[in-house]
Amino acid sequence: MIKKAFSKEHFVKLVLISFALSSLLFLFLIFVFILAEGLPLFHKIGLKNIIFGFKWAPTKGSFGIFPMIVSSFLVTIGALIIGAPLGLSCAIYLSEYSGKRLKLFLKPALELLAGIPSVVYGFLGVIYIVPLVRIYFGGPGFSLLATSVILGVMILPTVISISFDALMSVPKTYREGSFAMGATKWQTIYKVIIPSARSGILASFILGMGRAIGETMAVIMVAGNALRIPTSILDPLRTLTSNIALELAYATGDHRLGLFSTGVVLLVIIMTLNYIANFAIKRRVLK
Amino acid sequence: MPKLMGTVLLLLMVLPLSFGACSPNGIQSKKHTVTVAGSTSVMPFTEKLAEHFMVDHPDFVVEVQGGGSTAGIQACLNNTVNIGMSSRQLKGEEKILNQIILCYDGISFVVNPKNPISALSLKDVRDIFSGKIKNWSELGWIDRRIDAVTREEGSGTRGSFEELVMKGEEIDDGIMVQDSNGSVKEVVATDPYAIGYVSLGLVDAKVKAVTIDGIGPSIDTIKLGEYKIVRPFLYVTHGELDDSGKEFVYFALSEAGQNVLKKEGLIGAYD
Repeated sequence: MIKKAFSKEHFVKLVLISFALSSLLFLFLIFVFILAEGLPLFHKIGLKNIIFGFKWAPTKGSFGIFPMIVSSFLVTIGALIIGAPLGLSCAIYLSEYSGKRLKLFLKPALELLAGIPSVVYGFLGVIYIVPLVRIYFGGPGFSLLATSVILGVMILPTVISISFDALMSVPKTYREGSFAMGATKWQTIYKVIIPSARSGILASFILGMGRAIGETMAVIMVAGNALRIPTSILDPLRTLTSNIALELAYATGDHRLGLFSTGVVLLVIIMTLNYIANFAIKRRVLK
Repeated sequence: MPKLMGTVLLLLMVLPLSFGACSPNGIQSKKHTVTVAGSTSVMPFTEKLAEHFMVDHPDFVVEVQGGGSTAGIQACLNNTVNIGMSSRQLKGEEKILNQIILCYDGISFVVNPKNPISALSLKDVRDIFSGKIKNWSELGWIDRRIDAVTREEGSGTRGSFEELVMKGEEIDDGIMVQDSNGSVKEVVATDPYAIGYVSLGLVDAKVKAVTIDGIGPSIDTIKLGEYKIVRPFLYVTHGELDDSGKEFVYFALSEAGQNVLKKEGLIGAYD
């Protein structure tokens, strides 16, 4: 009887391990596939000509993606400028001010925000944000500004939930100590809680950046996709992700490889961001 | 009870594995299936054709997918679809495919209905898209930047546009890019200062087609050979088509099929 139970336990463990490893396998396969497709072009055209090239005309042999790298970072920074203060304020309110019942209502509502498909954000952007930008600020409306606003809203759930966790993990004794010294609530938040949750908050921003830089559908719809580095926040621009999604359908030969090379650059950027975020989180845990 | 739950859970975990093993192909359908894929410009018209075709031929199922001209041609070369759709001429090694001219399509230049300009020269258009003309005042309207929209690199419509209009000049990097006829039309319909190009068949009241060198895009001017910005819509096949595929192509080229296309604003293959 005992032996039978053991073998069943063993079987379950085996099944679970194989499933757990399969997700790792997917990651590995994606990695191998993108590198195998993307690296040959780096070899052929040259790393410098791709990463620092200004001209993207893949059917005519130019594969420069520098404007797109810059644009990707610009929209990401734009998203942070809009999303980070909003998200952090929301997280502070949730963790420090709101009552239990409100928290119970607000948190799931915010998580719902994360579940809205990006095409819906893009659609709302095209219908509302783009015309607003065009009418009140000028330019075609499809712009860095419109993209930043949309992405700023899209990164809110990431920023809020991770910085909320960071704020909540600040021990209660810190707050009590601060109050005991005669500090007001805001002084406590500003001088004690935020500094102690700093690395977690930073991690939430970096993961938000990762989300913004990886977003594709909404960006294609509102960015205008022009190939030049924008000179004002009202200019259209094209990010790395939208370059891939925009052109993959029709691409063959070197053009297709060029898009995979774009993917390699994107992969490297996102991995770096995630690594930095993990580093920030780990440091907090170790402390 | 917990034991039962455990078993169910286990079953649930193993279930996805068994799906991989037995494919749903076991169910044999009596219907003949024709798969068509490719150009997003040709797709809406093929869908219309398929609708009419399936009314007369209830035993047939025509599956129409997009993906783009190049994707359709590739799929056809790999034999994953019966018929590929292309809105550009075949190039290089693609030429081993058989091509059937389904119909012709004009490319019209469209502006917002609020834009008073209704006539441009071919050179104006070329200059707008190459970045030499940047402001509407240069064309006799208000002092406002032109929001020109082109299609993405590799698109069949863009390919024809480059060949017929740009004639070797490069499209400027600052021009906006959208990835379908529909998106271009949407941008032009909402932005009063935009200009773009779409299939003639898709022009409706939301946008205004401008005349090029004094000639407006229409079925008549194209038939007379006056409006020159015209490209063929192709069906391509790899080797001999199977019988159900042939049946669909025969229908598309028949008078009934051609009339469906003409009603959508296209120019028949024989005109």
